[in-house]
Amino acid sequence: MTSKVEFRDLRRIFGKTVALDGLDLTIEPGEFVALLGPSGCGKTTALRCVAGFERPDSGAVLVDGKDITDVPANKRDAGMVFQSYSLFPNLNARDNVAFGLRVRRVPVAVRRAKADELLELVGLPAHADRFPHQLSGGQQQRVALARALALEPRVLLLDEPLSALDAKVRVALREEIRRLQLDLGITTIFVTHDQEEALSIADRVAVLRDGRLEQVGAPAEVYDRPATPFVAEFVGTMNHLAGRVSGTGSVTVLGRTLPIDGPAPADSDVDVLIRPEAVQVTPAEDGAAEVLVASFRGASVRLRLALEGGEVLADVPGHEAVRLTPGTRVTVRLVERPVLVAPRTVTVPVPVIEPADAV
Amino acid sequence: MAAVTGLEQPLVTASPRTARPRAWRAVVLLLAGLYFLVPLGASLWYTIYTPTMGVSFEAYGELLTAEGFASSLALSLGLGLATIALVLLLTLPAMLAVRLSAPRLRPVMEVLCTLPLVVPPITFVAGLGTSLRTGAEVLAPTPFWATLIAVQDPAFPIVLVLAYVVLVLPFVYRSLDAGLRTMDVRTLVEAARNLGASWPHVLLRVVVPNLRSALASASFLTLALVFGEFTVARLLGYQPFAVWIVTISGSRGQVSVAVSILSLLLIWLLLLAVSSAFGREKK
Repeated sequence: MTSKVEFRDLRRIFGKTVALDGLDLTIEPGEFVALLGPSGCGKTTALRCVAGFERPDSGAVLVDGKDITDVPANKRDAGMVFQSYSLFPNLNARDNVAFGLRVRRVPVAVRRAKADELLELVGLPAHADRFPHQLSGGQQQRVALARALALEPRVLLLDEPLSALDAKVRVALREEIRRLQLDLGITTIFVTHDQEEALSIADRVAVLRDGRLEQVGAPAEVYDRPATPFVAEFVGTMNHLAGRVSGTGSVTVLGRTLPIDGPAPADSDVDVLIRPEAVQVTPAEDGAAEVLVASFRGASVRLRLALEGGEVLADVPGHEAVRLTPGTRVTVRLVERPVLVAPRTVTVPVPVIEPADAV
Repeated sequence: MAAVTGLEQPLVTASPRTARPRAWRAVVLLLAGLYFLVPLGASLWYTIYTPTMGVSFEAYGELLTAEGFASSLALSLGLGLATIALVLLLTLPAMLAVRLSAPRLRPVMEVLCTLPLVVPPITFVAGLGTSLRTGAEVLAPTPFWATLIAVQDPAFPIVLVLAYVVLVLPFVYRSLDAGLRTMDVRTLVEAARNLGASWPHVLLRVVVPNLRSALASASFLTLALVFGEFTVARLLGYQPFAVWIVTISGSRGQVSVAVSILSLLLIWLLLLAVSSAFGREKK
């Protein structure tokens, strides 16, 4: 039931926009891969190429080594869950789930039993007779998931299935999707623009930008060792701090000398990339920095600190919020660990932070 | 009418509980009722009552037994059904295709479908007559000529069906467009395709069931228009119901009014039949 999916040099151009620009990616059998990127990066187009709704201009999609690029959408073996609610409004939940079985002329009793079994699997055993307009958004997406799984497809395609749901349902449902995927062992491609979502459920995260693959790897690897400055910016938040390469393989930033992760650049003036959680903040009367804004997030507090010549973001545990109110003088320390460096930039992408000059 | 399909839902869901809107509703209902029912009642009274003879249904009896009643009614009904079938078969797949694969052609299609509305019927018939004459000259030497002659049937004028398809195009387009707007056609079609449905299956099992009210209103309008159409049929020399009514009523006052009431009743029954046919499978 599980299959290997390969994108080979996939290219798709819509008028002037290049949606896919030579995408190469292999997804192993039973693997859960998240395609992550900003809108317009080609992630949905890639998924639609697997489903057969989009034809690549060149390149191929292979499932288990077989080229399926020319196979029509209704002959492909891939179940899809859509971003918008896609249940057939004239059918109840059970008939929606059984739709594919009905198309394949499965006997009524068999498809009813199968549909009920799947509804139970997605946690809606009592909702079989409800119509889509009688179900909440989360319930509709569960039914859509059951419907996609009803034909026991070789690949499960999820096109931002959670983006229309509210935060709490989103988290619950994504965990359930992961649990189901692990139980069934089905190869799954999950498209999302939400990096937290991608990091939390995928085996591997593939970051796309302008139709190209920027990096693919385990969530921790993508987060900790972003291959490009774009990945560093897009996955999580990054501080850009001005640093100076000192000696071999180390850089001085905010008064500390830290080892460089990867090769040192030729130019000695660099941007040092630091995650907000790698910035430690302690209140001190004579501290060099001052808290500008503290936004409380429950488990953590994000601080915007004013340093000599710039600002830096820091994440500290939530219980420290009382000590670190705006206006507090603090000292800033960086966690001792290898850091990434990039050529010095003047304009900084999201988040907008002025590079702080080294103290 | 296209707007009516779009309005159906809000009308059902909006139910303000305050007293004043209710009073207003009653007033509106009363006014509308008077506007429609008073002339109707007066006409009915006129047809069945004469000061010299009292109440009598003679005018209606005369009408139903008059020559041509059944045949003209059957012709109109046949033309209506054929027009509905043809216009739906033509527009629905075309509109879906435009929506799904060539959205940029939508304005073009809209203009094309609205065009019959701005062409006066008399111009339309004149053009039709000219085309038929020229067409005969052009097509006579081609191998299709024999087939074209063979499909001609004086009892069932295909040319009228074709003319009516053009005439109802604006109304059908509007109704279907309003219906298609209420659903996410692309996602539903893709979901069905993803589940293995072929194109005919998608059309019959996914699009049509969700488009029922729009299809019903398109059929209504087509039927009503075909039943009431006079100009084209008269000028091309056929005698469907509308033409027959004018011919039969002539100068007799009571009979002509009786005919109007009867046709009103007939069309109303037909529309009821169409709406129940479409509403049958609905839960």
